[in-house]
Amino acid sequence: MAGETDTSRSGPQKHGGSGYITTTVDALINWGRRNSLWPMPFGTACCAIEMMATLASRYDLARFGAEVIRFSPRQSDLMIVSGRVCLKMMPVLIEIYNQMPEPKWCISMGACASTGGVFDTYTMIQGVDQFIPVDVYIPGCPPRPESLIDAVMLIQERIKRGERQTKLYDRTRHPLDFAPLALVSGAVEGAPVLTGSRHSLPGKDVPFQEQSFGPPERIVTHVERTQAAQRGTQAEQQKSP
Amino acid sequence: MAVDLPSLMTSLKARFGDDVLGHAVFREQYVVRIRRGANLPLLRFLRDDAGFDMLTDVTCVDSLSLPQDMQADYPERFAVVYQLYSVPHNERLRVKAYVPEEPCEIDSVTPLWEAANWGEREVYDMYGVVFKGHPDLKRILMPDGYEGHPLRKDYPLKGRGERDRFQKYTEIPPR
Repeated sequence: MAGETDTSRSGPQKHGGSGYITTTVDALINWGRRNSLWPMPFGTACCAIEMMATLASRYDLARFGAEVIRFSPRQSDLMIVSGRVCLKMMPVLIEIYNQMPEPKWCISMGACASTGGVFDTYTMIQGVDQFIPVDVYIPGCPPRPESLIDAVMLIQERIKRGERQTKLYDRTRHPLDFAPLALVSGAVEGAPVLTGSRHSLPGKDVPFQEQSFGPPERIVTHVERTQAAQRGTQAEQQKSP
Repeated sequence: MAVDLPSLMTSLKARFGDDVLGHAVFREQYVVRIRRGANLPLLRFLRDDAGFDMLTDVTCVDSLSLPQDMQADYPERFAVVYQLYSVPHNERLRVKAYVPEEPCEIDSVTPLWEAANWGEREVYDMYGVVFKGHPDLKRILMPDGYEGHPLRKDYPLKGRGERDRFQKYTEIPPR
């Protein structure tokens, strides 16, 4: 759905002074999601200390709606891998990631989780993104809490844009796969009764085809967005007189 | 009252003869160097008669890449190191038992100290030294299916590709 919709037009739109807004179900759901991320902390090293600091009062991740740290993967949708992951821990990480319900996002926090860091040894995984899909990487050793906050905001930005992960375990037959419109009761007239399998939905029985991808999409940073917005306002100001 | 370590060295040499290769003193730390066959009776003597009632650590040294002048101290490739402590006398003593590459085995001291259990498992895991008579000799740090003993000096630092062997994910297009 998100792929077909122009998300820039589907956000809430005011109807001047009339006291109501219109929006799409997708935009509404994504609004809820991005303001209520439930992180799953996978803290294995010093980055986890910074993550705790981010959650505590001074930096207060609750301002971004992501303070409900869940130690159960079943109840979380944002995996924060903070710390080095060793040979014995990687199967645990994959297992926990697989147990998280869709849709889910992943932050690889710090040099060790992203690349292995200084630990280029027989037992250290050289970047968890080899084995689980990562959305945002945070550099640093360890990164400051502001970096983690920025990463969470980037995740929120991606949810807002209606982006879905393109890298996933082969879950084409996964029963928890999310079908937004049909799941909302009455949203589609004559929608079939859901049995839990996405293949029971209309239009979903297209066989899975592998595709090759070009280089990953570049993520626009906050600085660039701000600069672009400033350029836009400057251009308007120049036009108006 | 402290243990008279110099005379203890003499009595060890008198009691165990050729099994005691000698001793060394470095900054008032005494090291007894022994043959591997004598580790159980010698440590039993140290525990029961010399007052070294506590085993603080069991570890190991691989002398493969040591400099030539230091290799003279190692008649065999491995040295299993026992760190002893005497609670009544507040003294410490180090015992080194030399283990060849083949057969790479030595008697377990778990009959003397329960504390040796995990230490010997770690030495086995990291160096491949087999402890005969150990109640449960299996890996303690590395995963069960791991092959090789990574702290051996001839083991490659970056491993043999173990760290890359995990389930990969597939990329599927966004819908």
